[in-house]
Amino acid sequence: MVINQWFNRYHKDYYGGALMIVIGLGAVACGTDYQIGSLRQMGPGFFPVAVGVLLALVGGAIALQASRSVPTDKKAALPAEWRGWFCIVAALLAFVIIGEHGGLLPATFAVVFIAALGDRKNRLKDALVLALALMLVSVVVFWWALKVQFPLLQWG
Amino acid sequence: MLQSLFDLRHGFAIALDPHNLMWSFVGVLIGNLIGVLPGMGALSAISILLPLTYAMHPVPAILMLAGIFYGSQYGGAIGAILLNLPCHPPHAVTCLDGYPMTQQGKGGTALGITMICSFFAASVGIIVMIVASPLLVSIAFKFGPAEIFSIMLLGLLCGGTMSRGSALKGVAMTLVGLLIGIVGTDVNSGEMRFTFGMPELSEKIQLVALALGLFGVTEFLRSVNRIQVVGGGKTSVRLRDMFPGKAELKRSFMPMLRGTMIGTLFGCMPGTGPTITTFIAYAFERKVSKTPDKFGTGMIEGVAAPEAASHSKAQVDFVPTMSLGIPGDAVMALILGALLIQGIQPGPQLITEHADLFWGLIASFWIGNVLLIVLNVPLIGIWVKLLRVPYRFLFPSALFFIAVGVYSVNNSLFEVGEVLVFGLVGAVFSALEFSVAPILLGYVLGPMIEVNFRRALLLSHGDMTVFLQHPISCAFLLLCTTVIAAQVFFQWRGARRLRRATGSVGSVSAVKAELHAITPEKASDRAGS
Repeated sequence: MVINQWFNRYHKDYYGGALMIVIGLGAVACGTDYQIGSLRQMGPGFFPVAVGVLLALVGGAIALQASRSVPTDKKAALPAEWRGWFCIVAALLAFVIIGEHGGLLPATFAVVFIAALGDRKNRLKDALVLALALMLVSVVVFWWALKVQFPLLQWG
Repeated sequence: MLQSLFDLRHGFAIALDPHNLMWSFVGVLIGNLIGVLPGMGALSAISILLPLTYAMHPVPAILMLAGIFYGSQYGGAIGAILLNLPCHPPHAVTCLDGYPMTQQGKGGTALGITMICSFFAASVGIIVMIVASPLLVSIAFKFGPAEIFSIMLLGLLCGGTMSRGSALKGVAMTLVGLLIGIVGTDVNSGEMRFTFGMPELSEKIQLVALALGLFGVTEFLRSVNRIQVVGGGKTSVRLRDMFPGKAELKRSFMPMLRGTMIGTLFGCMPGTGPTITTFIAYAFERKVSKTPDKFGTGMIEGVAAPEAASHSKAQVDFVPTMSLGIPGDAVMALILGALLIQGIQPGPQLITEHADLFWGLIASFWIGNVLLIVLNVPLIGIWVKLLRVPYRFLFPSALFFIAVGVYSVNNSLFEVGEVLVFGLVGAVFSALEFSVAPILLGYVLGPMIEVNFRRALLLSHGDMTVFLQHPISCAFLLLCTTVIAAQVFFQWRGARRLRRATGSVGSVSAVKAELHAITPEKASDRAGS
């Protein structure tokens, strides 16, 4: 709760501005590794550095404005939704890893099953049924009809 | 003009070709289907289906994408009117009067009016396209690198500043998009930029991966366990209910005209988003109405005007996208990206070089809109059932379609990982109240901007004034400064107004403030409570 109060609009703009400055300066740092060149003969580093500088400046302006702007949004921050977030991220990660080593069928099952568990109203049985249904879809639509190049089952 | 009509006839021949017609039909059907699903909009519909079009010829591919676009747009209106769910932000304003009409048992009438308005507005938009495009062709050959750079700068600036929320944040997101567009091998020197040693990144970031990350996964992260579909209200719509009575037609005729006018006007201005267009149409309608206090209680005018505005804007938006290469919003940026993948360079020369594609597309708009009406009358019952698909089943399935869809583009699991990364990045940005749509705009336009900037300065031997010496380029830069000045002015006036705490409707800043007050998240919160 403390975090929510603290994380109101004022601070959001400070963090947002700071994040933009970090990204901008990061781009400048990377860009200077490539050749910058001159206006007449631009190197590959010119454009990244220019965009990075602009982004850092805009980030600074956002942070500066944060203190002046009136917080219009009185809406309390929504509570964190760790279970849902974790399951969505884990589902996609599982698809990549299991798809690499096990093929399309287990990857399909993993992505649907894990993501479905992210919703509090889904019971284990719901997730299982949904995952099995979409495995059927993945075989019929993607593997058989659209001929996606993805082995159904493999090992290693 | 005569030439245009002749070209249009040719376009109809292309669009009515059975093969093309079939893809147009498929696009409209699937777009409508996905647009109806809660939490899915035109953006997710197009991104999911984009990989399918890679293997197709450019003409059917683009016809199908356009079909998906207006199909899903119409589907969004169904959700807004029947269930108070603004799946697609521009329709958030349709909820205000559309849903009360449903509660009064007049949901069918609202849908019928929406259909009539969208067809009328789209037709006007198409006529504007026919008239405007030859004008663009006539100035097309005067475009060099300097002009292209300036006009793209204008497009980025408009797209960044006129989207939802703070203008500065929109600009920041556009710049982030430009940086993402840089990732990959530099065309001039062959240098690997921002690849962090990953060979997969040398081929640039995948458009579909970026779009689905930002608009798919980010959305799921934001709304998991937070979206609740309310099943209340009289949502059983029969065919008979969809034909509005004479009185209703009469009442909505003028709002439809005004909405179409506003939509057309905004469509011609590159970069103005569809959301602001519908909100302005609604605000304008309330202002001219004799009973402004009745708005929000189920006034048919409040449905007709914004829906007409959104559809005419959607059509006219294709003009700057196809002929100038500056997309109006993220959806148009996606379509632009699809064109680029097909090897078609959008720009002034597109109309002459790819006449079959351009005129075929225009003709297909008409055919597609007829298809939309034909489809929706019998299928409305199915759509209503689809609207009730619970989110807890919807998002895991959608996540699967996203994963397989992205994989199938290049048979690469690495790109599925990209989706996850951009989903998380987008979630962080939107938690900090940045709107992520301009990222896509920057990403699509970035490489073209860089190439033309370099080329213009190479030709002028490093003289920056080249952008001011060319009259067309100078005019666009002047417009850029006007946009910035206007933003600063409205922000300053808005801040002063807020401090005085007096609210007045009718000016852009007031509408923007209103826009801030009724963002789609909030509307869906309201739906949930």
